[in-house]
Amino acid sequence: MKLQAMLGLINATPITVDDPYIVYREHYYVSCTDLMSDALAMICTNPAQTVLLTGLANGQALRTAEMMDINVIILCRNKTLGVENIELATSMEMNVFTTPLPMFDAVGILYKEGLKTATRHVD
Amino acid sequence: MLIKTYELTADDFTQAGSISSDIRKIAKGYGMSQETIRRVAVACYEAEINMIIHSHGGQIELSIDDEWFNIAFKDVGPGIENIELAMKPGWSTADVVAQNMGFGAGLGLPNIKKNSDTFNLFSDPNGTLLQLGFKRKDTL
Ligand SMILES: Nc1ncnc2c1ncn2[C@@H]1O[C@H](COP(=O)(O)OP(=O)(O)O)[C@@H](O)[C@H]1O
Ligand SMILES: [Mg+2]
Repeated sequence: MKLQAMLGLINATPITVDDPYIVYREHYYVSCTDLMSDALAMICTNPAQTVLLTGLANGQALRTAEMMDINVIILCRNKTLGVENIELATSMEMNVFTTPLPMFDAVGILYKEGLKTATRHVD
Repeated sequence: MLIKTYELTADDFTQAGSISSDIRKIAKGYGMSQETIRRVAVACYEAEINMIIHSHGGQIELSIDDEWFNIAFKDVGPGIENIELAMKPGWSTADVVAQNMGFGAGLGLPNIKKNSDTFNLFSDPNGTLLQLGFKRKDTL
C-alpha cells in the first residue's frame, strides 16, 4: 500500500518529512509497539517497506527506527516531537507522522486493510 | 586495530544511541552488507542502552581488522549478579525511567547475542565487559 493511502486511512499528518516521495512508496509491514526492545527484536527483512507505529514520542523511538533502517514512524494519539527530536529526526533523514487515533484503532484499521506484522526474533 | 574509543556517561538519556549511530555509520563506510550493518546497529544500541540504564558508565571501543568488526563495552560496575539469569528473555532489573524510554523488557541481552557473530560477557562488581564480534564479509 502506498504510504499516502495508509496515512489517509488513519488521518495521519506529517511532523517532519525528509523524503518528498516517501508517500508514493509502497509499505506492507507494521512494527507496532511502545517497547523499543520489541521493535529491535524483529527480523526486519524489508525495512524500506516497514512503518514503526508507536505511542513513544521520544529520541529512543527515532534511534530504534534508525538502527533498523526504518525511515517512517507514525505516532499515535496526536503525539508530537519536541524541537530537539525534530532536529534529531532530520539528521537521520527520518519521516515522522502523527495520527489522532489511539494505537488500537489505528492498528485495527491498518490490519483490516491487509498490512502485515513485522516478525519477531527473540523468544 | 583500535579505531575509536567513546566515553559513555551513566543515565545520560539525551545522548542515548548516539554512539551506536556513529558506529553504524562507520560500518557503512566499511562496505558491510545492509543486513550485517543492521545487526551491528541493533546489538550496539541495546548494549549502549544497557550501559546507560544499568551501569555507572564506561567506554565503548571499536576495533577493526581484515576479517572482523569488534566492539567492546566496558563499564565500571555494579556488574551483573547472575549472567545466566540476565541472558533469559524477559528477565530485567530495569526501573520505571528505563521503561518510559521504551526499554527494560529483558530482551536486550538475548537479542544482542542473536545478532552478533561472537559474544563474550564477563562481569563482576567492578564492571561488566561485553565483547561483540561481527564478520565483515558474509560467508556463503
Ligand atoms: N552493563 C550492565 N551492568 C549491569 N547490569 C546489566 C548490564 N547489562 C545488563 N544488565 C543486567 O541484565 C539484565 C538483563 O539485560 P537486558 O536483557 O538487556 O534487559 P533490560 O535491559 O531490558 O533489563 C538487566 O535488567 C540488568 O539487571
Ligand atoms: Mg537492555
